[in-house]
Amino acid sequence: MTEAALEIDALSYGYGRGFAIEDISFRIGKGEFTALLGPNGAGKTTLFSLITRLFEAPRGNIRVCGINLREHPTRALAHMGVVFQQPTLDLDLTVRQNLHYFASLHGIGRRDAANRIDEALDRLDMGERDKEKVRQLNGGHRRRVELARALLHRPDLLVLDEPTVGLDVPARRSIVEHVHELCRSQGMAVLWATHLIDEVHADDRVVVIHKGHILADGSVAEVNQNNSSANLTQTFHRLINQVAA
Amino acid sequence: MSSAVHYGRALNGIVTREVLRFLHQRERFLAALVRPLVWLLVFAAGFRAALGVSIIPPYETYITYETYIIPGLVGMIQLFNGMQSSLSMVYDREMGSMRTLLVSPLPRWFLLTSKLLAGTAVSVLQVYAFLLIALAFGIDLPAIGFVTVLPALLLSGLMLGAVGMLLSSTIRQLENFAGVMNFVIFPTFFLSSALYPLWKMQESSVLLFQICSANPFTHAVELIRFALYAQLNWESLGWTALALLAFLGAAIYGYNPARGFMPRRAQAE
Repeated sequence: MTEAALEIDALSYGYGRGFAIEDISFRIGKGEFTALLGPNGAGKTTLFSLITRLFEAPRGNIRVCGINLREHPTRALAHMGVVFQQPTLDLDLTVRQNLHYFASLHGIGRRDAANRIDEALDRLDMGERDKEKVRQLNGGHRRRVELARALLHRPDLLVLDEPTVGLDVPARRSIVEHVHELCRSQGMAVLWATHLIDEVHADDRVVVIHKGHILADGSVAEVNQNNSSANLTQTFHRLINQVAA
Repeated sequence: MSSAVHYGRALNGIVTREVLRFLHQRERFLAALVRPLVWLLVFAAGFRAALGVSIIPPYETYITYETYIIPGLVGMIQLFNGMQSSLSMVYDREMGSMRTLLVSPLPRWFLLTSKLLAGTAVSVLQVYAFLLIALAFGIDLPAIGFVTVLPALLLSGLMLGAVGMLLSSTIRQLENFAGVMNFVIFPTFFLSSALYPLWKMQESSVLLFQICSANPFTHAVELIRFALYAQLNWESLGWTALALLAFLGAAIYGYNPARGFMPRRAQAE
């Protein structure tokens, strides 16, 4: 078993009376691409908010590269790159200004940041657009900038909450392929929350979540085999329908 | 990299971002100046005859009404800026960019205090631009006051920004922000010494006088008033500092991931 980039252990969280997620446990090894697959309202964004410490769970533990998030939040967050579902760039600033701002939050010096920004933008074919205001970019390009931003501090774990929402098919495909490539080439662990089954590759690991519970966890082949399904779409619908029944 | 270097770079980045945003939004800069200038050039001119101001500290002679309300208008700039920052935080939260700040590998109290400092830096720029325009219109201010007022501006700006930050942690949606105008800004401004000395208020109503005396904004205005004349009002300093600690503490609590208002707001969303 590879060293863990993210370990979630018996995590529960509720709003008011009910649980949004209940007793969730799973781990992601370094260099592993894991798709967190669930329909809308499954608890993906709540889980995402707990992993990024926007919320803090009263029960359960989260460890990032072995560091307990509750006990050492700043050390744990330093290992994590985050892409939110909502756009989070400052529309009135240029691409470069946005990235410099983020680099400063991670304590990266100006010269080092400039080099990393050049490198990240070139990798995403955005090198020519660094002086444009974010407001002038289309949705796909904004997403690329957000991805570049999440990678600036060279994290061990990249978490993305439905990062392709609102993008057209080519832009979606481009982002999905790029993150898979990063995972392969840089050994980065990825947690990719989505409700779109076609974003999951055959060699990915998949965690299916619904109504705050994990319904399946394993490689795509394992999950399909355990549910006697021919493909992930069938597995997914079967699992969701079982809960509904 | 040491923690101090990291903190310094982050603070620099947060302040730079806020100043850049401010410079990119020229209409915001103009609006910030037009509001107090209208009060100074129209309202004060109209009320000059009606409202006589006796000699009260820190003034050593009779002053015009325009001179009297300058510290109040400086406070008004900072009050509106504090609320503007609050509005921008609610907007940032709805738009998501506040999340980028909150998931940074730095303590939340530091991130929020840095955000507060950044907003204060912007308000200080606005105040100096206003004071220069007031000078051009013949308002008499001692030159040394431009230097001695700076610490007072920083403290009052932080205090009023902390009020805004606390509000931003409780407001669920951008649409609710209009209520802040009616229930926070106007009472805060009018129930203070910004437009009239408190002894005049005492003549009209003892209750209103007591409310004005307890208003932290009154103390911020008086701190600025004395500082503009190179004097220190210890009482105002103490109350303003105390109010800053209380509002900042409550705001940090409001943004605490385990105990504060944010998860409750998420539930509402």
